Amino acid sequence: MLWLLFSLVTATHAELCQPGGENAFKVRLSIKTALGEKAYAWDVNEEYLFKAMVAFSMRKIPHRETTEISHVLLCNVTQRVSFWFVVTDSSKNHTLPAAEVQSAIRMNRNRINNVFFLNDQTLEFLKIPTTLAPPLDPSVPIWIIIFGVTFSIVIVAITLLILSGMWQRRRKNKEMSEAVDDDDKCENFTIENGIPCDPLDMKGGRINDAFMTEDERLTPL
Amino acid sequence: MEKARPQWSNPLQFVFACISYAVGLGNVWRFPYLCQMYGGGSFLVPYLIMLIVEGMPLLYLELAVGQHMRQGSIGAWRTISPYLSGVGVASVVVSFFLCMYYNIINAWAFWYLFHSFQDPLPWSVCPLNSNRTGYEEECEAASSTQYFWYRKTLNISPSIQESGAVQWEQALCLILAWLTVYLCILRGTASTGKVMYFTALLPYCVLIIYLGRGLTLHGATNGLMYMFTPKMEQLANPKTWINAATQIFFSLGLGMGSLIAFASYNEPSNNCQKHAIIVSLINSATSIFASIVTFSIYGFKATLNYESCLNKVILLLTNSFDLEDGFLTASNLEQVKGYLASAYPSKYSEVFPLIKNCSLESELDTAVQGTGLAFIVYSEAIKNMEVSQLWSVLYFFMLLMLGIGSMLGNTAAILTPLTDSKVISRHLPKEVLSGLVCLINCAVGMLFTMEAGNYWFDIFNDYTATLSLLLIVLVETIAVCYVYGLRRFESDLKAKTGRTLSWYWKGLWAGVSPLLIVSLFFFYLSDYILMGTLQYQAWDASQGRLVTKDYPPYALAVIGLLVASSTMCIPLMALGAFIMRHLRKGDATPVA
Repeated sequence: MLWLLFSLVTATHAELCQPGGENAFKVRLSIKTALGEKAYAWDVNEEYLFKAMVAFSMRKIPHRETTEISHVLLCNVTQRVSFWFVVTDSSKNHTLPAAEVQSAIRMNRNRINNVFFLNDQTLEFLKIPTTLAPPLDPSVPIWIIIFGVTFSIVIVAITLLILSGMWQRRRKNKEMSEAVDDDDKCENFTIENGIPCDPLDMKGGRINDAFMTEDERLTPL
Repeated sequence: MEKARPQWSNPLQFVFACISYAVGLGNVWRFPYLCQMYGGGSFLVPYLIMLIVEGMPLLYLELAVGQHMRQGSIGAWRTISPYLSGVGVASVVVSFFLCMYYNIINAWAFWYLFHSFQDPLPWSVCPLNSNRTGYEEECEAASSTQYFWYRKTLNISPSIQESGAVQWEQALCLILAWLTVYLCILRGTASTGKVMYFTALLPYCVLIIYLGRGLTLHGATNGLMYMFTPKMEQLANPKTWINAATQIFFSLGLGMGSLIAFASYNEPSNNCQKHAIIVSLINSATSIFASIVTFSIYGFKATLNYESCLNKVILLLTNSFDLEDGFLTASNLEQVKGYLASAYPSKYSEVFPLIKNCSLESELDTAVQGTGLAFIVYSEAIKNMEVSQLWSVLYFFMLLMLGIGSMLGNTAAILTPLTDSKVISRHLPKEVLSGLVCLINCAVGMLFTMEAGNYWFDIFNDYTATLSLLLIVLVETIAVCYVYGLRRFESDLKAKTGRTLSWYWKGLWAGVSPLLIVSLFFFYLSDYILMGTLQYQAWDASQGRLVTKDYPPYALAVIGLLVASSTMCIPLMALGAFIMRHLRKGDATPVA
């Protein structure tokens, strides 16, 4: 009698959890790819942990707070490691709708990944799309800041160069105009060799090196 | 009192200016491509032969002309013969077109440089689509680096007919690029000379750092071995020799007037023969050096792609046949495939079409040149390196230095004849003149910031300088050797520099080089004629790859105009000079 009941229960369970069954999801793990040498073996205890995480996720959904670990059924575990799972209701006769399971898994995906040291690519729930992390969007794009800095530096440098060029030119013009004034003064005098001929007017005078200086005229004693 | 001609502070500045001008982006993005396409290590043979036979003599000729005449290109050629001032004008026109489109590359380099300060690099991840369930389709179809180049940087339109609007980000970068160039040329040779130290030396520092990093990358040796294994049969292919000759020719920047302009600021007694040899050798050495770096990067990228292709196949088989994770590796892949084909034939035949054939050679074979190499392939390799921000900043800063160095030469080619002309320099100081030139070029350059801008850039890049420069240099060589007279030129040089011209240079100038240029000219013409209608590569956003399209008639008209406007200067100015002489003779005869 008991044996009949047991087989009936397992048969029902077997029917509920089937590859491709209604409300069933396939899970695929790539533990060796993710962890390399630190990979752990997938055994019954890991399956228990998985069931616990799924039950935990289902409990976060309104009206499903009483989900137990025994409500989560796993089947068809392969070497890959991959398997199918379903979540049944308290009567263990019906499976919970796929939409609810999907939203539960999506909300807690990060925690499930972390428990197994895996990520979205190595712990795959087929048919449950991952929510991708939104990109960081600073209010002012970084490139504009750097552009602004470079732009201002270049503008300041150009302004400095132009201004210094103008000052230099103004100073040269002033010198030229002074030389022109001296030329005007010399109009009544002769200009020899391009040198204005009134050295007494200019500051410092003009030393003609062709003549010896005072000191050298007298030979030393 | 005559204002003295500005001069370089020392001969080293002149050498650095020539190096900075000649070593440009072509050394980095064209030479490695040619090396790969035309026989790897064996391409160096025609390259070096062409350097000795064509590059050095023509470079020496231009430097000698500029140094001897002490004027920019227009004045120099007018002195050689009044009928040949058209050569100078043609050089200025070509330089003007070059200035217009070349600076957009610097704008792109600035754009990438500013974006290198982010973590992660913006071209390493695809952006999410609108409902956050996956990545953008265009990014999935292409790759994230291609997406960043074609969509985020260029925002390219599907064809040249759809011009689209001016991209304000690119416009800003272009304005910044022109302001930087203006800053460098503002004070003439005084300021340009100092900038040249920087723009000439910095790219070498970065290349050396990259060489160190590149050689230690995983898979770099694959690329280097592939590139340097000589394929001797390519030596028999005439295209190899033609491409070697063209590369030497355009890489040195002959015929644009920049070299004449630089040499005109030299002391008349300067030994430009030594400098010509040094500059051409350094230019070629840089090309080879840059291709070593490029090929180690290629090898790294190809190995990475090959391994990821293999991993995809492994994952596919593991998932389809529920094999144990980690069981399939690259080494046992083939035998396991054989086993699966025999054990599960029906399932295997389902999966078989999806299995890609991964091959390292086909990854290495993808030869890329131009902006595709610089901005897509390199940035893809950089995103996979550790501390990728640092490598990215270094690389794009180097591109910027190379580009600005060449721009300084291009602007010198335009400004030197303008400042030489007494009419213009009396009314406008040189700061205002440089500013005007930069402003006009910047305004026209906005064309290249539009959505179809990259297609126009390709037009300018492919057609402005090719035929025109060949013709210009041909006329230059003939002018110096036969119109001015080789003996007269030789005696002029001997008087100024005290050095006799060896028979080697004379033979090359008078005979070999003109023949080579004529043959290159005919090759180009026949190539254009045989190709029929001209085509271009357009980006297809839905497929995520380039497709070939025909140019519309108005684009062909622009191409024709580009080539004609520079080449026609030579005969037109000659005709003009002839007519003026005739009129003057007509006026003179009654007086006599």
